[in-house]
Amino acid sequence: MINIFQQIQEALQYAFIQRAIIAGCFMGLGCSFLGVFLVLRRFSLIGDGLAHVSFATVAIALLLRAQPMVVSIPLVGLASLVILKLNEKARVYGDAAIGLVSSFGIALGVIIASTAGGFNVDLFSYLFGNILSVSGLEVWMTAVISLLVVLVIVLFYHDLFAITFDEEYAQVSGIKVKRVNKILILLTSLIVVSGIKIVGTMLVSSLIILPAISALQIVKSFRATIVLAGVFAVISVIIGIFASYILNLPSGATIVMVNFLFFIVSFFYRRAKG
Amino acid sequence: MSMKIVEVKNLTVKYNGVEALSGVSLEVDPADYVGVVGPNGSGKTTLIKALLGLVPYEGQVYFLEKGFSCFTKEKHVGYLPQKMSFLDQRFPATALEIVVSGVYCCKKFPKRLSRDDYTAAEEAMEILGITNLKDRPIGRLSGGQQQRVLLARALVHRPEILILDEPTVALDPQSREAFYATLQKLNKERKVTVFFVSHDVVSIGKYASKILYLDRQIIFYGTFEEFCKSPKMTDYFGAGQHIICHRH
Repeated sequence: MINIFQQIQEALQYAFIQRAIIAGCFMGLGCSFLGVFLVLRRFSLIGDGLAHVSFATVAIALLLRAQPMVVSIPLVGLASLVILKLNEKARVYGDAAIGLVSSFGIALGVIIASTAGGFNVDLFSYLFGNILSVSGLEVWMTAVISLLVVLVIVLFYHDLFAITFDEEYAQVSGIKVKRVNKILILLTSLIVVSGIKIVGTMLVSSLIILPAISALQIVKSFRATIVLAGVFAVISVIIGIFASYILNLPSGATIVMVNFLFFIVSFFYRRAKG
Repeated sequence: MSMKIVEVKNLTVKYNGVEALSGVSLEVDPADYVGVVGPNGSGKTTLIKALLGLVPYEGQVYFLEKGFSCFTKEKHVGYLPQKMSFLDQRFPATALEIVVSGVYCCKKFPKRLSRDDYTAAEEAMEILGITNLKDRPIGRLSGGQQQRVLLARALVHRPEILILDEPTVALDPQSREAFYATLQKLNKERKVTVFFVSHDVVSIGKYASKILYLDRQIIFYGTFEEFCKSPKMTDYFGAGQHIICHRH
């Protein structure tokens, strides 16, 4: 046990570990807060779909020798609006709309990677991310995006709650449902883009889904669910980073596994409680 | 002449070019209890959705003699949808959280709830006899209790009119009777206008002061007494008219 604390102390001395913890905690907070709304609205896989689109946008950025985040933010945002429109106007079910845009994103990414060549290694590093290599600038960007997500959720909390519980009643209450939906989905695209460097395109949706569904197992009030999802996400990031350092495991995947453990514990806690 | 709570003029609603409602005109007076009946597909729910501005329509709808464009209808209208159509039994919210969400319509951005809002929510729950449920998760309540929570949500901002779309569909007979009694109490004692869509014609006959029979257009709209004397309604209901009219 003493050895573990020594290793944690040792890890904390490294600047890259400090950056990873700060960026990861902000990311976890933003993802988990949004996750509660997305999961309850049966839109949880949008994180997965948008992450696949970001695979294509990273490929485009590498092809153009541009910053992946700069290219990905507008394009993934656009893709999120396409999913929303397909769902609203084209009578395509939400999950099918996500699947459609997601498969298009993956296919485009693979085609660009195979035809352009030369940057396959860089591109595939985005599949699983590397939280330990985030730069100071990326930490700032993640922090700003996550704080924006939290701020918007605080400002629109009651509207989001009303829409999540009963969209029709929210509309009758004068809430601009379409506008709020658009805001929610654009925030999701922002947080997904900021998350691809941290856990990668393959795992970013897990940070949206897992803390939310773990919290949903335990608490009975809406506000408490959001707070607990945030707590789960932050703790899992911290434990995940230290565990990956100590056990020499990939950080992104370890964070997801810790989240999964939280879900299992929450699940059995609820069952035991009855 | 008293102010009309609702005034509908020549309302037509089309879905993909097909008329679901055609040329509907009606007036609702304060403290009326209007029961809306009609066969499946007769446009009952469409009428409610048009009144609430949820579907595009031709014609005019006025609440308290003002149109939608210059009047925030939501402050004066309480709405109770068909419960089972949307309620997620696992939704993480307490009954109080659901009830207090009824005041959102009266709030401006950024919406913030005050102590008064919670007091209003607790009062609405008290009226419906569900104060003891306030900290219970909505999904763990019985069908009748959930319906009362949703009715409390519709009442919390003290609307002048309650619009209800088949709210008793999922209730057992006992809960249904209790629900009707609550509505009647609100109508008689608090002078809340009730606009009630239902398939339950017998119960509508028992409580409504006016009956609206709809079949894509208005077939009959009048007082309960007029309904009982209407030969046209005898044609529609046959011997059933006598059963409906037997309440007095």
